Amino acid sequence: MIHRALMLALLALPALAQERRSGFEDMAPQTQAMQRDDTSNPGMLWALEGEDLFRQPAGPAGQSCASCHAEGSMQGVAARYPAWDTARQAPIDLAGRIAQCRTDRQGAPPLARESQGLLALSAHVGQQSRGLPIAPPADPRLDAARVQGAALYAERRGQLDLSCAQCHDDHPGRRLAGSIIPQAHPTGYPLYRLEWQALGSLQRRLRGCMTGVRAEPFAYGAPEYIAIELFLMSRAAGLAVETPAVRP
Amino acid sequence: MPSPSILLAFLLLALPAAAQEVVEDAIPRSLTGTPGDATRGRAIVADRQRGLCLLCHSGPFPEEPFQGNLAPSLAGAGSRWTEGQLRLRLVDGKRLNPDSIMPSYHRREGLHRVGPAFQGRTILTAAEIEDVLAFLMTLREEAAP
Repeated sequence: MIHRALMLALLALPALAQERRSGFEDMAPQTQAMQRDDTSNPGMLWALEGEDLFRQPAGPAGQSCASCHAEGSMQGVAARYPAWDTARQAPIDLAGRIAQCRTDRQGAPPLARESQGLLALSAHVGQQSRGLPIAPPADPRLDAARVQGAALYAERRGQLDLSCAQCHDDHPGRRLAGSIIPQAHPTGYPLYRLEWQALGSLQRRLRGCMTGVRAEPFAYGAPEYIAIELFLMSRAAGLAVETPAVRP
Repeated sequence: MPSPSILLAFLLLALPAAAQEVVEDAIPRSLTGTPGDATRGRAIVADRQRGLCLLCHSGPFPEEPFQGNLAPSLAGAGSRWTEGQLRLRLVDGKRLNPDSIMPSYHRREGLHRVGPAFQGRTILTAAEIEDVLAFLMTLREEAAP
């Protein structure tokens, strides 16, 4: 156990060696203003839709999320994900948990990854942690996946033979073509990306980078993404949740 | 006694390996045996889907906005290096620096999870690399400080 903790600390070292900063800090002032102001943040459209969906009954028993989860009870939840899913004996991310609740507890039709409904509900739940520090659970059952995530982050892949770490640990602040390379702290997902003209998940973003280095991305919902998210969230521990963030 | 056509086929198969022979920190011989075309080379360097160079490097391309700054400017590359040195750096610069972020433009082996569209292919063909080299050798002036 101590060995695992030490390994994690060592793996996170390159990121901790420099001052950690959200990608928000690197954005143009007008993009920052767009995120700050709820009336101009396009991500709020999804969050508001999610608020409606949260109260909408689904499934044969006519239960909504709100039937079990009281108003405001989701505060701080997004800051603690991914978490351990006892039922499946595996780590689960927030979107996965919402989708699981919907099928297993409400008995409603499944919400696909990256579907409008799942993004909206994730944004609504995430928004209730806005401003709170990212607080990964100390659950030791997550350690193995977190170590796997660190290894995936450092692994070169694709025809361009690049790892996440080579850009985001070794060259943050530099420009890849016109874009400033951020430190890769997933503080604001799901977030509105101007490039997408839509809200999207961390998995969508990770797939974008993998395709960019001409690698074969993992399928949506793959355990590899949850492992990477676990590692990135532990690396970002203490930074404030920004959901729904805006990024270029 | 093998027929002349079989001998020829063997000879052709052996050619790329011989052409990429590394001498110290360079590949002195052309990959194709034919001089590259600098105009085509410039177009490849500036093309963000083909050469990808300007994602990381800047260079004397006044018409190209959004050039990267992850790597040295290409300006002056032709006076800093010999053609053979540049050839090895393009073909497989990781032979000189295994930690380099510069992709190996003419290597197929040792790669991981390559996307289906790119499997078994090099980033540039031998002829494209010779074109890029012909262009890089024209870049004699260092970037203004």
